[in-house]
Amino acid sequence: MTDTSRLLAVSGLRIESGNGKVVALKGLDFEIKAGEFLAVVGESGSGKTMAARALMRLLPEGMVRVAGSIMFEGRDITTMSVPDLRALRGREIGMVFQEPMVSLNPALTIGAQLSEGLRLHESLSEEEMARRMVEMLRRVHIQNPEACLSAYPHEFSGGMRQRIMLASVMLLRPKLLIADEPTTALDTLSQREVLDLMVELAKDFGTAVMLITHNLGLVARYATRALVLERGVLVETGSVANILALPQHPYTQRLVDCLPRREPRAPALIEDDAPPLISVRGMRVRFAGRRRLFRQSAPVTAIKNLDLDIYKGETVAVVGGSGCGKTTLGRSILGLIEAEAGDIHFNGMDVKFHSRKARHAFRLGCQLVFQDPYSSLDPRMRIEAIIAEPLRHMPEMTPKQKKDRVYETLSEVGLSDFVGRYPHELSGGQRQRIAIARAVIRRPAFVVADEPVSALDMTIQMQVLGLFQKLQSQYGFACLFISHDLAVVEQIADRVVVMQSGEIVEQGSRDAIFDSPQHAYTRALLEASPAVDLNLLRKGVELAPALQQ
Amino acid sequence: MKTSLPQTNTFLGSLLIGGLLLLIALSFFWTPYDPLGLDLASRLKPPSIEHWAGTDEFGRDVFSRAMTGARISALISSFTVIIAVIFGTTLGLLAGYLRGWTDRALMTLTDALLSFPGVLLALGLMVVLGASQFGLVVALGLAYMPAVIRVVRSAVLSIREKEFIEASLVIGNSEFYTMLRHVLPNAIAPIAVLATSMFGWALLSESALSFLGLGVSPPTPTWGNMLASSRPYMETAIWLGIVPGICITATLLGVNLLGDSLRDYLDPRTNGS
Repeated sequence: MTDTSRLLAVSGLRIESGNGKVVALKGLDFEIKAGEFLAVVGESGSGKTMAARALMRLLPEGMVRVAGSIMFEGRDITTMSVPDLRALRGREIGMVFQEPMVSLNPALTIGAQLSEGLRLHESLSEEEMARRMVEMLRRVHIQNPEACLSAYPHEFSGGMRQRIMLASVMLLRPKLLIADEPTTALDTLSQREVLDLMVELAKDFGTAVMLITHNLGLVARYATRALVLERGVLVETGSVANILALPQHPYTQRLVDCLPRREPRAPALIEDDAPPLISVRGMRVRFAGRRRLFRQSAPVTAIKNLDLDIYKGETVAVVGGSGCGKTTLGRSILGLIEAEAGDIHFNGMDVKFHSRKARHAFRLGCQLVFQDPYSSLDPRMRIEAIIAEPLRHMPEMTPKQKKDRVYETLSEVGLSDFVGRYPHELSGGQRQRIAIARAVIRRPAFVVADEPVSALDMTIQMQVLGLFQKLQSQYGFACLFISHDLAVVEQIADRVVVMQSGEIVEQGSRDAIFDSPQHAYTRALLEASPAVDLNLLRKGVELAPALQQ
Repeated sequence: MKTSLPQTNTFLGSLLIGGLLLLIALSFFWTPYDPLGLDLASRLKPPSIEHWAGTDEFGRDVFSRAMTGARISALISSFTVIIAVIFGTTLGLLAGYLRGWTDRALMTLTDALLSFPGVLLALGLMVVLGASQFGLVVALGLAYMPAVIRVVRSAVLSIREKEFIEASLVIGNSEFYTMLRHVLPNAIAPIAVLATSMFGWALLSESALSFLGLGVSPPTPTWGNMLASSRPYMETAIWLGIVPGICITATLLGVNLLGDSLRDYLDPRTNGS
C-alpha cells in the first residue's frame, strides 16, 4: 500500500469522559484508503459513534481525546487550528446523521440549507449554485428538484430527507463521507434506496465512505472492509467476506451467530378444521385529516377492508414499509384504535368493542408488546409491581399465587434478581424482557408484538427473540408479529402477511413468501432486505485461495 | 462531592421550616409580650435586650407580633396552595387526559381566569366571599388554580402519549385507574415545583390583600400587614420592615429547598439505589 492511497490514518485514539470515569475508546488504530467503503460495526457502547465524531472534532460535551493522532492527508486533525478545521469540515469530510427527521432545520427551505455549504466553501454565482443543487437533487432521485429548493423539510418523508441530506453533503464532493447509522430510522425500501445512492455517488466522486452500523446485512452488501469494535477496543479488522465467513475473534463470532436465519419450524399445531382464534372481517380504519387553517384535509384511510385469520399457537408476521398500516392493524385488533367498520371474532365469539364486558374478557386474553422498551414501562414503578399489574384483573388468584406467578415469570425471563429495581436501572434488552414478562404473565391466548426487537442490538435481539419463541412454545399463544425487518421475520414466522397502503397484497406460509413471492411489492421488499447468505460467503472465501493457485 | 449538595439543601430547608414550626407552636403558649398590647411610652424603639426586634409605632413588640403573624401567614399560604393544587391537579388531569371538549372547555375557562392578574381576581372573589380568613384562602386558591391546571395539563399531555399508558389499558385497567396510577405519579415533579413557588406568591399576595384592607384586618398581625404598615417608617425605624421581610425570605427559602428535595426523593431516577 502506498502512502498516496491513504486518506486517513488514526493511531492510538483514546477518548475518555472529562473525569476519566468512562473510557469510550481505548487506543484505536485504523486507516481509510481513498475511495474505499469501510464499515465500522459494533453495538451500543462500542465507541463507534465516538470514533466518527472524533474525526470531525465534534465530540459531545464532557468527552475528551486524551491520546492519539488523526492524520488526514498528512495533516493532523487533532492539532489543527479552528479556521483550518472549519475549512476541512464539509469540504473534505462530510457527515450524514442517523435521524433524518431532526438533522434538517425545519425553519429553513431545502435550498437555503443546501446552499449553506456551497456559500462557505466555494464562491459561485447564485445561478451556478442553483444549477448545481438542482443537478444533485435530481441525482438523488428527488422529483421536481426546482420546486424542492423552495420547500421545507416537513414536506418530505424520512427517506426523502435522508436523500436530501446526502445531496447536501455530496454537493461539496468531500474526500471522506462519514455516515453514522444513516438508515436505521428508515424502512427497508428507503434504506436500500439511500444506500444505493450513497454508493453510486461515492464511486462517481471518488469519495471514501465510513459507514457506521450495527447491521451486518448492510455491511455484507455494501462495504469492502470492516472494523469490529467492542467496548472501545478494535477486536477484528479485514475484508468483509473474511470477517463474516471466518470470524476470528469470539465477539465477531457471536455477532455473526446472531444473524437471523431461517430454520425449519415445526408446523404450528393447527387442527385442520379448527376455527381461527382471531378472525377479522372487513376491517376499515380511518384517521381524521389534519386540521389546517381554514379547512380540514380529507381523512386518511389506514386500513381498507381487511380480512385476516389467526389460528391458535401460530406466529403471523405482518410486514411492509412505513405507513402501510401494520401498526394500526395490531392496535385495531386489540381495540386500542377504534375501527370504523368490521367484525372481530375471538374464539368464535363476536367481540363488540362497545360492550364493556366483552371487551374486558377479550383484553384478558390478549396482550401487546411494544417497540420502545424505554417508554413502555412506567418509570415510577418497581419491576415487581409492573409485572404483577396484569394480575389485578384475575380475582380468582390468591395473593400468594400471584406472588408465586410473578417470581416464576421473572425467572422465566431470566431476571429474578431485578424484582426491586426501577426500569431506568435496566438495559434496553432487559426492559424488553420485562415487557414480555408482563405480556405473558396472564397466559394470554394472543399476543401482538409491535416491532419488539427493532430498538435492540443484534446480540440482544437474538436473546429476546429466543426468549419469545421459548415462551410461545411453552404457553402456546398465537402471535401477530409486526416488523419491517424481514430477516427477523424469516426466523420467527409461520405465516407472513404483506401489507401495502392499508391492504394485504399477499399472504402465505413463510417459505412460500420468501422462496416464491408472487406480488411485485413483496419481491421489492425481499430484494431490498439486507440479508447475509453465509453459505455463499463461506464458499467464496474457501474458493478464493484455490482460484489464486 | 455532588451528592453532598442536595443533602445540605435538605438539611438547611428542614432547619428553616423546623424553626418556623417551632416558633408557631410556641406562639400558642408564650410570646415575649402581648402581640396586641399597646405601650405608647416605648414607641419605635430599636432592637434591644427587652425588645429583641424593637417596637412598632404603637409600641407593640415586633418579635411577638412576628411569631403570631407566622401562624396566620403560614396557615393562609398553606391552605391556599393546597386548594390550588387539589383543584388545579384534578382539572388539569381531566383536561390533559380526556382532551376533546373537556379540554377545550377547561382551557377556555383557564384562559379567561389567567387574563386577570391573580391579585385582582382574588380581590373580586373576596368581594363575593367576604373579607375573612376563609374568604382569603378560597379566593387566593382559586386565583392560583389556573396556573396549576396549565402545568398539569401540559405534563399529562406528554405522559399520556407514552406507551406505558397504552400498556395499562391493554392489561385491562380502567381509564380512571390508569389516570391515577400511571399518569398522576409521573406528573408530580412539575406540581411539586409549582406548589413551592406558589407558597411564596401566596405569602406576598396575602400581604397585598391585607394592605388593601381585604385580608386579615389590622390589629391581628400577619407578616404581610406588618410589612405594609412599616412603609411610612422605612427611614426612621428600618427594623419594622426588615423583621417580617427576613421571616418571609427565610420561609420561602426553606419551602423551596424542601420542595426540591421532595421532588428528587419522589423520583426514582434521582434516587441512588
